[in-house]
Order: sequence, then C-alpha cells, then structure tokens
Amino acid sequence: MHDFTPWSALAGGALIGLAASLFLLTHGKVAGISGLYGGIFRREASDRGMRAAFVVGLLAAGVALRVAAPGLFSTSWSASLPLTAVAGLLVGFGTQLGNGCTSGHGVCGLSRLSVRSLVATGSFMVAGFATVYVARHLLGGGR
Amino acid sequence: MMRYLSAAAAGVLFALGLAVSGMTKPAKVVGFLDLFGAWDASLAFVMAGAIGVHFVAQRLIKRRAAPLFDGRFHLPTRRDIDARLVVGAVLFGVGWGLGGFCPGPGLVSAGSGSSGALVFVLGMTVGMLAEHWGVRLTSSRGRVS
Repeated sequence: MHDFTPWSALAGGALIGLAASLFLLTHGKVAGISGLYGGIFRREASDRGMRAAFVVGLLAAGVALRVAAPGLFSTSWSASLPLTAVAGLLVGFGTQLGNGCTSGHGVCGLSRLSVRSLVATGSFMVAGFATVYVARHLLGGGR
Repeated sequence: MMRYLSAAAAGVLFALGLAVSGMTKPAKVVGFLDLFGAWDASLAFVMAGAIGVHFVAQRLIKRRAAPLFDGRFHLPTRRDIDARLVVGAVLFGVGWGLGGFCPGPGLVSAGSGSSGALVFVLGMTVGMLAEHWGVRLTSSRGRVS
C-alpha cells in the first residue's frame, strides 16, 4: 500500500458531506453531480439555472485550485486521451441510465439508507475493481 | 439570487472536498480500485467522512418543513431495483476504472485546465446526450406501436 492518506481523505470526505448537506438545506435535492450536470441537457429540464450555478461552482473551484494548489491535480498516472474519451462516454451514458454516480448514489443515497443506491454503489464498485484488475493485471495496460 | 449563489457555494465546497480528499488525481482513484495490486484504501475514508457527516445532517435537515430556497423537498422516492439501475451502474464503474474520473472530479479537473479531464467531460457529455436521445427514441416508439 503506497500513498495512503487517511486524514486528508477523511477531511475531504467531511467537506463533501457538508456540501451535500448545504445543497439539501438550500434546495431540498440530492447533490448528485451526474444528475445535476446531465439535467442541464434534458429537454424537460427544471431548474436549469440552479443546476448550471452548481456546475459553475465546481469549475470555478477547479480554476482557483489550479492557481492556489496545483499539486492537488498532479498525477503520476493518467489514461491515454482516446481511452479517457471512451471512459467519459461510459460514465456519461451509465450515470444517466442508472440515475446516479459516486455522489448521488454513493454519498447521498447511502446516507439516506436507500436500497437502490446500495445496489448501484455495489455494482459500480465491483465493476471498477474488475476493470482495473483486467486493465492492470491481465492486459498490463496500466503503468 | 440566493438560489443561484447557494447552489454555486455548494459546488465550490464540493469541489474543495474532492480536491482535498485526492479524488481529482486519477492515479489515486485507480490505486483505490486496484484491489489486487498496491491497494490504496484512502478513498474508503473519503466515503466514510462524507457519509458520516451527511447521514447525520440530512436527518436534521429533513425535520424542516421545506428547504430554504424551494417550496418543498424533492428527494428520490423510487425503491425498485431494475436492470437499468444495475446496467447503468456497471457501465459507469467500467468507465470510472478506465479513466480514474467520476463526474465530480472530472468537472473540477476540467476547470483546472487538465486536457485529460476536458476530454473526459466532453466524452461524458456526449454519453449523457446519447442516453437521453435513446430514452426519447424508445419512448416515442412505444407510443407508436
């Protein structure tokens, strides 16, 4: 095990929990990022402005952190650009089909003790473990 | 105005949490998913921190009659487990494992100007539009037949 950072992980996780709570308190909705972002593009979208404001918050924080703490984004490994595009397609399609991602199902759904979210979280975790196993250890694609 | 400001503030706070916890580093995410390699358990602590806070807070918040800037709560009510849920989650998990990004960290990293994240968000947006289009197509076919 290398790069194990339990304290910053716990602190960052608590901030994520606070952010989801702030969103619930102010808007009464689950802070599911794939749902909030994907909803902007739905024809029947409600609250498009509020959804966009949330996403602008995410992007603006990314801009600010790039200046203030660029080390948070540095990486020793990243997938090739074509593979990253395929990964994006799968993540986009899958989160809309399954109504959620790590935030909506993982954080908010599990906090609400939702059985649907438990099934979804179990499914994407197992699929993630299996994918990395195949890519890294069977195909040896990961460095 | 407060509706938009509070949504943006939640987005900023969420992004800070993702960055502090290491979720904006694909290497760290894939290290967590590499259960059979040099496993980095950190991301389990991210989930524990987030759920620990939100589990308590959402219970307190839901005691209110309504949220601050909306007339009522809009929480998911579905309880059924269907194929869409599982297939969607599995496709998402495969994409997460391949790229090391889930939607939140992808968007935050795209904001930071990372070319990989920009490609990821572009692909993700196309994937979302494809799903919306597929649902419209199948539901309009259903009406015809």
